[in-house]
Amino acid sequence: MTSKHAEFLAGIKDILPILMGVIPFGLIYGVSARGAGIVAPAAQAMSFIVFAGSAQFVTAQLIGASVPWGIIVLTAVIINLRHALYSASVAPYLKRLHVLWRLLLAYLLTDEAYAVAITHYQRPGDMTRKHWYFLGTGLALWGTWQASTAIGVVLGAQVPADWSLDFTLPLTFIALVVPMLKDRAGLAAAITAGVIAVLAAGLPLKLGLLLATLMGMTVGLCLEPRDRKRASMFGPEEQDAGQTSDPIEPVEIAPASRPGKDGV
Amino acid sequence: MGPIELWLTFLCIGVITYAIRLSFILLFEKMVIPSFLMRALRFVPLAVLSAIILPALFLDGSRLDLSLGNARLLAGSIAAVVAWRTKNALLTIVVGMVGLWVLHIL
Repeated sequence: MTSKHAEFLAGIKDILPILMGVIPFGLIYGVSARGAGIVAPAAQAMSFIVFAGSAQFVTAQLIGASVPWGIIVLTAVIINLRHALYSASVAPYLKRLHVLWRLLLAYLLTDEAYAVAITHYQRPGDMTRKHWYFLGTGLALWGTWQASTAIGVVLGAQVPADWSLDFTLPLTFIALVVPMLKDRAGLAAAITAGVIAVLAAGLPLKLGLLLATLMGMTVGLCLEPRDRKRASMFGPEEQDAGQTSDPIEPVEIAPASRPGKDGV
Repeated sequence: MGPIELWLTFLCIGVITYAIRLSFILLFEKMVIPSFLMRALRFVPLAVLSAIILPALFLDGSRLDLSLGNARLLAGSIAAVVAWRTKNALLTIVVGMVGLWVLHIL
């Protein structure tokens, strides 16, 4: 087995437990989309075209409530603006990849795949094959999402609402976030973002999520220890070790991809 | 909403979402990112996911529910403890979901 395959399979393996939380949420998206009066092909097409759970869910609900389409688009876009931060966060690791790789991985950049992939990127190890890990994680999530929303669309109203399957979304995120809480700055960032999101939940167009995220990041940055600041200066942006010659495979990247390893 | 409006809505959301996801991945090499921003990006997953989790646990519709009758808050807290002690994602999700069902029955 080549190391590409090993990375790809490791990406699939690491997202498997998370998929157990994604499947029920996909199911209830399918059910709620049909409940909102969206025809089956369109409901399933949204999973291909948009591929973003919470935005799809909210869109279905707004369509059911006969909200004008401009407002629906605006709301969904604001919900998905958080992906710009994901994009900026993975960008340094992907900058040596061929543009086709980047176009593909951008399509697969969901909450869950991002959280799993960025954790892997921040671990020490050979940086030249990690996009295969990202691909494995992203494709496993994509396939699972398509299949589970399709089942939900077909089942329609046969999944009772009192099963509370929507609760699997926050549970999935808890499973992703809690192991990431390793230092004071990270904990403060998480608590700040969470509390502000609760307080700002009344803001129109789900703007509270964005406000909360930015405030959380700011607090985390302010509480970051001094030595950590110095260490992470040599984060991914410093890995300028030569230019790539092969368009598909990135060159070996300097082993400075461990933010904070020699910090705290 | 008519079928054409419906498909246009999906297409608009899909294209813009993809553009958002692609933005920095495609443009990164052409711009200089200030170092404080690079450091702030470390907090992105923590901040975003927490900002989705806490409202789902603490809010009942738009009302803050801190009572012991808030099954989602209790089940979510139990799940967080499981995640903290075990780092096992599957166990976290299963315990949280079963916890919610049990609390609903009680």
